[in-house]
Amino acid sequence: MDNFDIVIIGGGPAGMAAAITAHQEGIENLLIIERDDSLGGILRQCIHNGFGLHKFKEELTGPEYALKYEKKVKELNIPYILNTMVTDISEDKTITATSSERGIFQIKAKSIILAMGCRERAKGALNIAGSRPAGIYSAGTAQKFVNMKGYLPGKDIVILGSGDIGLIMARRMTLEGAKVHAVCEIMPYSGGLARNIQQCLKDFDIPLKLSHTVIEIHGKERVEGVTIAKVDEKRNPIPETKEYIPCDTLLLSVGLIPENELSKGAGIKLSNATSGAVVDQKRQTSVEGIFACGNVLHVHDLVDYVSDEGEIAGKSAAEYVLNSKTRNESLIKIETDGKIRYTVPQYITEKENTKIYFRVDNIYNNKKIILRSNSNIKTFKKQKLLPGEMETITVPLEFLDAESIYIGLEDL
Amino acid sequence: MYDVAIIGAGVVGAMISRTLARYNLKICVIEKSNDVATGATKANSAIVHAGFDAPVGTLKAKLNVKGSKMMEDIARELGVKYKKNGSLVIGFCEEDLNEIKKLYKRGIENGVENLSILGKEEINKLEPNLAENVLYALYAPTGAIICPYELAIAALGNAMDNGVGFIRNFEVKSIKKFDGFFTITNGEKEIKTKYIVNSAGLYADNIAKMVGDNSFEIHPRRGEYILFDKECRGIVKQTIFRTPTKMGKGILLTPTVDENILLGPTSVDISDKENKSTTAEGFFHIISQGRENLPSLPLNKNITSFCGLRAVGDKGDFIINSFENNFINVAGIESPGLSASPAIAEMVKDILIENGLSMTLKENFNPIRKSMSYFADASIEEKNQIIKKDNSFGKIICRCEKITLGEILEAIRTNPKPYDLDGVKRRTRSQMGRCQGGFCSPYIVDILAEELNIPYIEVTKSGKNSVINIKKLKEVNGNG
Ligand SMILES: Cc1cc2nc3c(=O)[nH]c(=O)nc-3n(C[C@H](O)[C@H](O)[C@H](O)COP(=O)(O)OP(=O)(O)OC[C@H]3O[C@@H](n4cnc5c(N)ncnc54)[C@H](O)[C@@H]3O)c2cc1C
Ligand SMILES: Cc1cc2nc3c(=O)[nH]c(=O)nc-3n(C[C@H](O)[C@H](O)[C@H](O)COP(=O)(O)OP(=O)(O)OC[C@H]3O[C@@H](n4cnc5c(N)ncnc54)[C@H](O)[C@@H]3O)c2cc1C
Repeated sequence: MDNFDIVIIGGGPAGMAAAITAHQEGIENLLIIERDDSLGGILRQCIHNGFGLHKFKEELTGPEYALKYEKKVKELNIPYILNTMVTDISEDKTITATSSERGIFQIKAKSIILAMGCRERAKGALNIAGSRPAGIYSAGTAQKFVNMKGYLPGKDIVILGSGDIGLIMARRMTLEGAKVHAVCEIMPYSGGLARNIQQCLKDFDIPLKLSHTVIEIHGKERVEGVTIAKVDEKRNPIPETKEYIPCDTLLLSVGLIPENELSKGAGIKLSNATSGAVVDQKRQTSVEGIFACGNVLHVHDLVDYVSDEGEIAGKSAAEYVLNSKTRNESLIKIETDGKIRYTVPQYITEKENTKIYFRVDNIYNNKKIILRSNSNIKTFKKQKLLPGEMETITVPLEFLDAESIYIGLEDL
Repeated sequence: MYDVAIIGAGVVGAMISRTLARYNLKICVIEKSNDVATGATKANSAIVHAGFDAPVGTLKAKLNVKGSKMMEDIARELGVKYKKNGSLVIGFCEEDLNEIKKLYKRGIENGVENLSILGKEEINKLEPNLAENVLYALYAPTGAIICPYELAIAALGNAMDNGVGFIRNFEVKSIKKFDGFFTITNGEKEIKTKYIVNSAGLYADNIAKMVGDNSFEIHPRRGEYILFDKECRGIVKQTIFRTPTKMGKGILLTPTVDENILLGPTSVDISDKENKSTTAEGFFHIISQGRENLPSLPLNKNITSFCGLRAVGDKGDFIINSFENNFINVAGIESPGLSASPAIAEMVKDILIENGLSMTLKENFNPIRKSMSYFADASIEEKNQIIKKDNSFGKIICRCEKITLGEILEAIRTNPKPYDLDGVKRRTRSQMGRCQGGFCSPYIVDILAEELNIPYIEVTKSGKNSVINIKKLKEVNGNG
C-alpha cells in the first residue's frame, strides 16, 4: 500500500488551495484525488463572472479562477490523480479508491483533507404532487447541459427555489433564448446573494415570487405546466392563490448539501445545522488528522472564502504531520442564539487568531452582533443580515481565556 | 406467423413469455411503451406475499401460494435479487387481534407454512423500532421481497435469449379474427398470430373488447409511495403490514432488496388509466400512518415518491380464462399479481395446451441469466479481475449508487436493451440514489446516444416525447 503524508480528496478550489498551502508549509509527499477528468471542481461549469472579487480584486469566471490554482498546483509539481473516485475512508486513514487504470486500490495517509464539495438537493426530498415527466432538473444539472454539453434543456421555465445556482441559471437560460416565467421561493426571503437577485432576475424582468411554492407538476411525457401557490406562515399552500403556469421545464434550486457520505464512513461527527463535519479553528474534524474545507464543510456562496478555508486546512494538516501534534483537549465552545444558525468553526482548541464564519436564519435589519466571553463584550453594527450571505467576525485573543464564547444578535 | 403473441410486457407477460420459451414455439411480446416493466410492474410494493390474505378458494389465493413457493428458484435462475425477510401484520388492540386470528386461520387453509401469532416481547425482538403500542402480530416467515421490474426485465431477457421476440412501441389498436389466426395492428403494422395472450394490465378490457369479449371491466386504483434513503436500512427488517380494517389495508412499511425503505401504498379509485400523479393528501396519509407504525421514521430522508395503478377487475378475483379457444385473458391482475406471476404463467401454459396448442420442449433452453448486479455483488479481488479485462468497470458514473461505465454499457447491450434513461435506471440503479440522477444523467445521455447511435438531443427519459433537451446550442469542447 502506498503511503502519503497528506491525501486531499477533491480537486476543486478547496482541495487545490489546501494542497498548495500544505506544499508551501513543507509537505512534498502529498496527493490530490479527483474523480472528474480535470481539476477545478464545480467552477468548471460556472462560466459566469463574479469569482475572485475578494481574493484577487478582479472579476473572474469560474474556470478562470480555477485555472489560477490549477497552474500553481502544476508549477509546484503537486501530485494529483484524475478520474479516480474515493469510495471509502476509514478512521485509521486508509483510503479506498477506484479508477479505470488502477482498479480498486487502497492508500494510507498520515492526514486527510476532505474537499469533496456539495451536491444539490433533489426533487424527491420535496414530495411535490403530480406526475414525473421529463423536464424536471436540478439547476446544476441544467447548468451542465447548457455549459458543458451545449444543449438547452427547455424553453419555458419555472424555477423553484432561489438559491444562487437557480438565479444564475435563470439568467443563463434567458440569454440562451428561453423564457423564465417565475422563480418561486417558499421562504419570505431569498437564500441567494443580493447581487445575483439584481443581476440575474431584476435586470431581466424575471418575477421573484417570495412565499410561493410549486404544489403540482403536470404533463405525461414532458412537463406541460406547474401549479404554484402562495404559502402561509407555516409554509402551507393557500388554495385560493393557486395559479397554473404552462411550461416545459421545472428547475429546482432548493439547496445544496455537503457531500459527506465518505465522512460518515470514517465516523466523523457531523453537524445538523451545516450537514458538514464539526470542526475546530484548524478545520480538524472529530477524527484526529482528518481536516475538512470548502463546500463539504458548509455551503459557501463565495469561492474566495472556500480558498481561505482550504488554506487553513492545508496549513493545519501540514502542522499536524510535521509536529505530529495531537489535539489540545481543552476546548472553547462557541455558543449562539437561534438567530445565528451556525458557526464554523464550532469550537476552538487553541489561543490563536480565529475568524468565525456564520449564517443567520432570517432577514434582520439594524442589529448588532454581540460577541461575549466571560466579562469581555464586543459588538459589531449591521444594517442588514441575510441568510444567503455568510458573515465573519474575528475573535480578539483575550476572548479565548474562557470555556465558551457566545455570539448573538440584538437590536440596535 | 407467430404461434403466440403476448400483449403487454409487464411482469405477467414477461413471465408467461419465459415459461413458453421452453417450448418449440414462435412467440412475441408486444408492448406499447418503449420498454418492459413500465406499467404496474414498475410501481408496486415489491412483496412476494406469503398468501394468507386472499379468500380461501380464489385464484388469487391458489396462485399466490404456489407462485411464492416457485419464486426463490426462479429468482436464482434469473439472477434477480430476492430476500425472504418475513412479514408481520401488526395489531394495536383486541379487535385487531381477532382479525389477525382470522388471517392466521385463512393462511393455514391457503397452505401458507410456519405462520404464528406473536406477542409484544417477540415482536420487540424482531422489530425493536415499532411503536410502543403494537401488541400483536401475525408472523409469516415465508414472506419475501423482490425487485419487480428487475424480475420482469430478467424474465423477458431470458425469454429473448431463448428466441422470443420483443416488439415495443407497438400499441395494439385493433385485432381481426380470421380462420385459425388473428392479425394485430397498431394502425401501421400488422402482426399475425395463432394465439393471443392478453396481459395488457389496465387495458386488458380494451384488448378483450377488440375480439368481442365484453365480459369484464378494469378500472384503475391509485397507490402512492414514498421511498427513503439507504441510510435508513435496518430501521425495519421484515415487511410490516397493518391489520386490515373496513377502511382498507393501510400503509405498509418494508425494506426493499436494494436496502431502501418503502412506505405506501394509498388506495384510491380513480377513472383515468393514465393518471399516475401523486397527491398531497396521499403523502399526508402515508406519512401519518407510517409514523403510527414507526415513530422514529426519519422524514427528511425520503428520496423520491411515485404512484402505481392497480388494474382492478370487476369480478373480485383474477380473470384468467379463454374467450374462444385461442384468445386467453390474464386480466384484473392486481395484488398479489407479482407474487403469483410464476404460477399464472404455468396456468396460462396449461390453458394453451388444453386449447389445442401443441408444444414440445426445446432441447437447448437455457434458464440461466447473468445477474444484473454481478459486478456490484463481487468481491474486490473479483472486481479487479473484471476491471483488468475491461477498464470501463473502473469508471464510476453514478456516484450515489457507485455504478460504473462498464455496468451501464453491459446493460445497454443486454436483452431487452434499454432505449432511454429510465430503462438504464431500472437495469443498473444509476440515477436511483440520493441525487436522483442530478449528477450522472448528462453523462448517461452521452453513453446512450453513442451506443444507440442517435444524436444527443434524441435521447429521452422514457420514450416518445419525453425528451431531455430541446435544442442544440453550440459545439462545446465539452469534456465534462
Ligand atoms: C453552481 C454554482 C455557482 C456558484 N457561483 C458562484 C459565484 O458566482 N461566485 C462565487 O464566488 N462563488 C460561486 N459559487 C461558490 C463556489 O464556487 C463554490 O462554493 C466552490 O467552488 C466550492 O469549492 P469546493 O472545492 O469546496 O467544492 P467543488 O468545487 O464542488 O469541488 C469538489 C471536488 O471534489 C471532487 N470529489 C467529490 N467527491 C469525491 C470523491 N469521492 N473522490 C474524488 N473526488 C471527489 C469533485 O469532483 C469536485 O471536483 C458557486 C457554486 C455553485 C455550486
Ligand atoms: C400499488 C400497487 C401495489 C402492489 N403491490 C404488490 C405486491 O406487493 N405484491 C404483489 O404480488 N403484487 C403487487 N401488486 C400487483 C402487481 O404489481 C401486479 O399484479 C403486476 O405488476 C401486474 O403485472 P401485469 O404484467 O399484469 O401488468 P403491467 O405491469 O401493468 O403490464 C401491462 C402492460 O401492458 C401494456 N399495454 C397496455 N395496453 C396495451 C396495448 N394496447 N398494446 C400494447 N401493450 C399494452 C402496458 O404498457 C404495460 O406495460 C401491486 C400493484 C399496485 C398497483
